Amino acid sequence: MNLFDYVRPASVAEAVVAASEPGAAYLAAGTNLLDLMKGGALRPSRLVDVSRLPGLDRIEMLADGGVRIGAMVRNADLARDPAFATAYPAVAEALLSGASPQLRNTATVGGNLMQRTRCAYFYDTASACNRREPGAGCDALAGENRTHAVLGWSDACIATNPSDFCVPLVAFDAVVEIEGPSGRRDVPLEDFHLLPGTAPEHESVLAAGELITGLRLSPEAADFRAHARYLKLRERTSFAFALVSAAAALRIEGGTIRSARLALGGVAAKPWRARAAEALLVGATPTVESFALAADVALAEAMPSGDNAFKIELAKRVVKRAFLLATAGTPRRMPALPASAFSSDTGVLSHA
Amino acid sequence: MTLSICLTVNGVRKDVMLDDPRVTLLDLLRERLDLTGTKKGCDRGQCGACTVLVDGRRINACLALAVSLDGADVLTIEGLADGDRLDPVQAAFIAHDGFQCGFCTPGQIMSAVGLIREGEAGSDPERIREGMSGNLCRCGAYAGIVEAVLDAQRLANEERRVA
Amino acid sequence: MLDIIPFPAAPHVRLGSSSGQPLTRRDGLLKVTGAATYAADNHPAGMLHAVVAVSTIARGRVTSLDVAAAKAHPGVVEVITPANRPPLAMDPDGKHGLFGFRFEALQNERVRYAKQPIAVVVAETLEAATEGARLLAPTYEVEPARIGFENGERYDPPTVGIGSPADFDRGDLAAGLGAATHLIETEYETPAQYHNAMEPHAIVAEWDGDRLTIDTPNQAILMARAGFAAFFGIPAENVLLRSPFLGGGFGSKAILAGPQILCILAARMLGRPVKLVLPRDQMFGPVGHRGATQQHLRLGLDAVGRLTALEHRAVAMTSSFDEFIEPAANASHNLYASPAISTRHSAVRADIGTPGPMRAPGEATGSAALECAMDEAALACGIDPLEMRLRNYAETDPATGRAFSAKALRECYAQGAERFGWAGRPLAPRQMRDDSGLLVGWGMGSALFPAPMFQAEARATLRSDGTALVETAAADMGQGAWTALAQIAADGLGLDIDKVEFRAGSSELPDGGIAGGSGHTATAGSALHSAGTDVIGKLAEIAANDPDSPLFGAGNAGVEARGGRLYHGADETRSESYSDILARAGLQTLEGNGKGGRDPANAEARAMFSHGAVFAEVKVDPDLGQVRVTRLVGAFAAGRIINPRLARSQLYGGMIWGLSFALHEEALHDRRTGRPMNADLAGYHVPVHADIPVMEALLVDEDDPYVNALGIKGVGEIGITGTVGAIANAIWHATGIRAHRFPIRIEDLTE
Repeated sequence: MNLFDYVRPASVAEAVVAASEPGAAYLAAGTNLLDLMKGGALRPSRLVDVSRLPGLDRIEMLADGGVRIGAMVRNADLARDPAFATAYPAVAEALLSGASPQLRNTATVGGNLMQRTRCAYFYDTASACNRREPGAGCDALAGENRTHAVLGWSDACIATNPSDFCVPLVAFDAVVEIEGPSGRRDVPLEDFHLLPGTAPEHESVLAAGELITGLRLSPEAADFRAHARYLKLRERTSFAFALVSAAAALRIEGGTIRSARLALGGVAAKPWRARAAEALLVGATPTVESFALAADVALAEAMPSGDNAFKIELAKRVVKRAFLLATAGTPRRMPALPASAFSSDTGVLSHA
Repeated sequence: MTLSICLTVNGVRKDVMLDDPRVTLLDLLRERLDLTGTKKGCDRGQCGACTVLVDGRRINACLALAVSLDGADVLTIEGLADGDRLDPVQAAFIAHDGFQCGFCTPGQIMSAVGLIREGEAGSDPERIREGMSGNLCRCGAYAGIVEAVLDAQRLANEERRVA
Repeated sequence: MLDIIPFPAAPHVRLGSSSGQPLTRRDGLLKVTGAATYAADNHPAGMLHAVVAVSTIARGRVTSLDVAAAKAHPGVVEVITPANRPPLAMDPDGKHGLFGFRFEALQNERVRYAKQPIAVVVAETLEAATEGARLLAPTYEVEPARIGFENGERYDPPTVGIGSPADFDRGDLAAGLGAATHLIETEYETPAQYHNAMEPHAIVAEWDGDRLTIDTPNQAILMARAGFAAFFGIPAENVLLRSPFLGGGFGSKAILAGPQILCILAARMLGRPVKLVLPRDQMFGPVGHRGATQQHLRLGLDAVGRLTALEHRAVAMTSSFDEFIEPAANASHNLYASPAISTRHSAVRADIGTPGPMRAPGEATGSAALECAMDEAALACGIDPLEMRLRNYAETDPATGRAFSAKALRECYAQGAERFGWAGRPLAPRQMRDDSGLLVGWGMGSALFPAPMFQAEARATLRSDGTALVETAAADMGQGAWTALAQIAADGLGLDIDKVEFRAGSSELPDGGIAGGSGHTATAGSALHSAGTDVIGKLAEIAANDPDSPLFGAGNAGVEARGGRLYHGADETRSESYSDILARAGLQTLEGNGKGGRDPANAEARAMFSHGAVFAEVKVDPDLGQVRVTRLVGAFAAGRIINPRLARSQLYGGMIWGLSFALHEEALHDRRTGRPMNADLAGYHVPVHADIPVMEALLVDEDDPYVNALGIKGVGEIGITGTVGAIANAIWHATGIRAHRFPIRIEDLTE
């Protein structure tokens, strides 16, 4: 890890000034940033510690029924907040399916949005990576890429966004609150992360010095609470990144879908909202056939970027299953294995 | 640049002058405060061997900058027992053979203490398994660890009822 | 060569009250309080930190290192490169001794695999050394890397494993295959796997003149001491190697590796103690791994499912510059009866680090393929997989025709099947589902592992207060040597275990042999036991010759030692405590010595193995292909069990390794550069708590009068064998899909 200046500002305004210098980076919990610094993929010259800025650690249920989440709220605290988990169960489930309890205890909401890809070629400083070093090339393209993107990728970058949390958030139209050198602004999360195109180094819309201060979810998002699930396919039962995941939510009235929300994780450089699939489901009945159609539409533009064609079919099946789970209803209690295909299984020795 | 921080470690106040901002909580404990019970297995938050409680919550000490924890209360494996009286989790790990080589054990135990304090796993082995999944054990002592956590949890509940 | 004390073949040594008890670990208190000292926990005064810089290419030469940049970093004390590296007394490329592997200690600029050490940076702090290593920014002359079976150079190795013949034939393979009613021809591929003990390799080295003290985890302490001494040109006695606790070894800490030598070199060069701990990613290079294999099997079967021929061919990958050939095909030698058995190994050289022994080397990979092939054979013959194994039960060793020293495999099958509830398993796949619609499958596999003995020495000292000190340089890497060996020692001395002080884990002690091959408890235990009986013999002689002793003249009737007293062999009422005997003889202490090794006559006459049967239940999501093992039941017969609690834990560990092999572990080397792209614990998966099902390990009684006088076999490695196949077979039973490569992945079950 390179040497850096450590700065702990007392206010958001001070933080923004301190981080507007070239080479500066914000430090929240550091669970991703320090990992990347240890490997040398990131070498900031100044860390601006925002982990204890006043006022950013609150979960506020708003008068209109929505919620505002401070950027420094810890993942575990948000998932465990009873009012939040009741209103936005798929978000809580996604949070609890991510990383490990230790990491969730410290990782922040804002930091989660800023998570970098887990592409091994991004981490490995000896590999060419356009995201890390613009113009260097992409060694993942002809490399070990069975887990890479199937949607929205380009020849410049085939990395995926690793966040679980962001998947239901983007499905529910979360809005990101940002403060920066030129004031405050709100950005829909769907627009916050950028697809690689020809400039994968631009991962989000944040400009130099801009800081995420919070997130908002509208009351409409809570209307899905009776039928909202997150399903995450992974290569270990727990503590693994998603191979493919989906947040699926429905409003069902009289046996008919009134509205639907769908986003996928592990498939693209951003959490992937599937609006056409949602539209298709409005007015449909919640059946396997409807969901299969929706899954096909959601993945219609998917293309393998390497040895990962299997992820396309898998993503369709995950979408279908996630909707079936959502139709069955949000579980009263968070499953023992959140977002797992095995969430109903307790593994008891049957003859014991 | 020298940074001055103050930590409470295992109940003892420590004023630490850091000559280097890069020092993680884990390396501070191990290399500068002579508290080597907390182990480094991966240094990247992927194994849980460095689990300690900070302000009562279990975290990976390897991914926390010491300087950023100024004022924090840190509990490590060395501070868990009450003198000669083991914490119920420690005793249960011995009774259920919840370790072999012992290297991941301090992290497993601190994680189990954190899990029990979080109060969400209850007596469901599946929730304990999930709740302990941030701690790898290469020897494969998982079965004994789950039993140990169940046992310690039971004791903790009984104590709560008595109190 | 050590001379071996031949043990009587029979009757058994009668063990006392400690052996067989499920004692908790004697080192438990230290381990649960953080007080157990692992190598990296040492911090001698004035200590420096060393960090190895490793290559990012797999083949070529280092052409430059920015030493100036590294040295300019605050806190960096020295940078060691081939240009300034002090000489060693021996050539690291010389392959010294039985476990001698070639390694890199900066002898030149050559790069032969990715993550090979190319320089060492020493600094006042770990932070500075780490950054200094990064600042070296090496440049290379790159040669194309040869990665994978298809790109490497193929050759026929003379030996495999540790000195085993590469080829083996018994019976007429062609005739056997020709006579078969059913012919099964199948292939399995296993990947490179890395040991990844939770404790990364670590060393703290300190010189005092030409005397060297090193703290480093080691599975073969005296052997390593000799190796270190030889490389530094000093007498072995000048080296003190301390290894009281290993944070896991699994084979990778039995072998001398480059980074250790470099740390010792740095300490000598700088005249200060130096600590070097490998970061996790450097565990994927210079410290060995399980080599990848491609295996091809042909099984001939008669109409009722009996083998007429068993052919097992394995290609194993090794490095470009040294060999460890995973002896996978040898797993077919000793398990199933067949009139013809033929095994062959060939090898492929690739630009990777040299493989080495990793928990059940050969047996794990070979058993995975063999047990799957046996299931394929059962399917072809239309018989139950367990019945298939019973029909091919070997009453004598198929490879040699020798009698087994003991073999309770039939009981393992029966008890395991009963406990698991195997009866009634549908033959066809995809027949079982659980309430939530998940596919359920049951599979099984046979487990087998040799019961070797090596050589060890021990010393037992009775003390006038009635306690004893027993000593051997045994290594505890989690298997429980601190406890199980003390139990054996206590019984050898006729003392309660709490009267026995046990010292191990240091090169000052008698040679405890190697903690490997599942032979440590048997070997070091035999040495300790015989040291105990030796000193008790001396004590008895003193008493029998002392007219003031109640045991005077015991002579031919002999004495029995228990509970700290000697009893007259013919008259129980005549007895005397050890301390009284010593006191009257004016002795503060009395010393005995013992050795452990196998009776050569028995070794010649008998085939010696531990056996077992593993039963697995898996659930598979029918659409999503995600697998979860929900039950694992193993039944193992491994001679006398010294401590059932610890033995069960070891068996669980092995079974979990089997699960990990079947479903998780695989190192991904970039096909162009050879760099391991998942060289961390997020990318290289080992199971987490949530992956581990309810498990049972049944300990099946087995009395083995030949294996050694104590009747002890080992349980450290056998758990992997059988388990990989059991899980793969259960997945087939759940899905109808037979995966032919490990680990079995989601796409294998959904495409």
